[in-house]
Amino acid sequence: MASEADLKMELAISRMLRAGVSLAAVVIFVGGILYLLQAHGVEPDYHHFHGIPSPARRIAPVLDGVRHFDSRSIIRLGILLLIATPIMRVAFCVFSFAAQKDRIYVVVSATVLTVLLYSFFRP
Amino acid sequence: MIEFTGAVFLSSVIAGLLGALTGLGGGVVIVPALALLFHVDIRYAIGASLVSVIATSSGAAVSYVREGFSNVRIGMFLEVATTIGALVGAYLTTRVSTHAIGIIFGIVLLYSALSSFRPKHGQAPHRQDALAEKLKLSGDYPTASGRETYTARNVPAGFGIMFVAGTLSGLLGIGSGAVKVLAMDQAMKLPFKVSTTTSNFMIGVTAAASAGVYLGRGYIAPGLAAPVMLGVLAGSLAGARMLVRVQVPVLRVVFAVVIAALGAEMIYSGATGRL
Repeated sequence: MASEADLKMELAISRMLRAGVSLAAVVIFVGGILYLLQAHGVEPDYHHFHGIPSPARRIAPVLDGVRHFDSRSIIRLGILLLIATPIMRVAFCVFSFAAQKDRIYVVVSATVLTVLLYSFFRP
Repeated sequence: MIEFTGAVFLSSVIAGLLGALTGLGGGVVIVPALALLFHVDIRYAIGASLVSVIATSSGAAVSYVREGFSNVRIGMFLEVATTIGALVGAYLTTRVSTHAIGIIFGIVLLYSALSSFRPKHGQAPHRQDALAEKLKLSGDYPTASGRETYTARNVPAGFGIMFVAGTLSGLLGIGSGAVKVLAMDQAMKLPFKVSTTTSNFMIGVTAAASAGVYLGRGYIAPGLAAPVMLGVLAGSLAGARMLVRVQVPVLRVVFAVVIAALGAEMIYSGATGRL
């Protein structure tokens, strides 16, 4: 049943999601403006796929780029923040179901969290 | 450069607006727009779209939860299927040719357009279902005559369709809300409002599962993803507001025709090797 506890949990989580999206949007906006300023009118080639040798998934190089005001790194940071919000949501659900002593749903939400973390940190 | 970014941003705003008004999501519009209008490689288009899908789903969650329709347990249970499907789909994008992706995308567009005409079925009679009972896949939701209770049915079928929805999401960089609603509304006989709001809530989590793979493969180009994400987010927030104020049955039909036309064009372009 959609209990009072469920509703409270969902409201708290959805507010957190909105905060995460807002933060990510601001970071991506700042990065995007910088990107336009730094690109000096050179249009990147999106017509052909290069498979950017990107360190994007690893967090340290992105933070390093951010420190040097590299616009692509700032956008990547925003994207990482964005991807982190639904992952955080599922992580909160695991704790919340544990607090409700709902064993089946601790296992269910932990499974979802495992899949997400695997996708993200897979070697 | 500025022109390109500006044009992509404006197209993304329109895609978000269309996606919110039709209830199909911005992804199904922006991917064909980038691929067909801007001749962006479909893999970059998919990567940028997926980022915007996460943003719109998570950004809209608050209003859906407040309405009291979405069901966290049903959503979480089905996310097991969609996230695993999304991983499979994201791996498939690296194996399947871009022509095939274009054709599959076109078919999903045609299906999505058709599904927006499907009559929303009435509420199914409350019936016992042992598996749904065990998994607590039930709830209640507000109606004009007070709160109505419901219990999910055909759980294995719904779970299976959700796996397909997840795979399509990972393969095409879209939320595949139309397929998720098919699983909950048609197969599991959940009330329509519960299906659509729970589906919206699940989309962000599903997309996050494939985003990890996309990042690792370089599908997400920062310079393209930034205007697409910001544009689709702005467009869909504006669209959601418009939906509250106006009824749009006529617009809905027009948009469905537009989406069907995009679908046909994607299939044609894919089949003739232009994608």
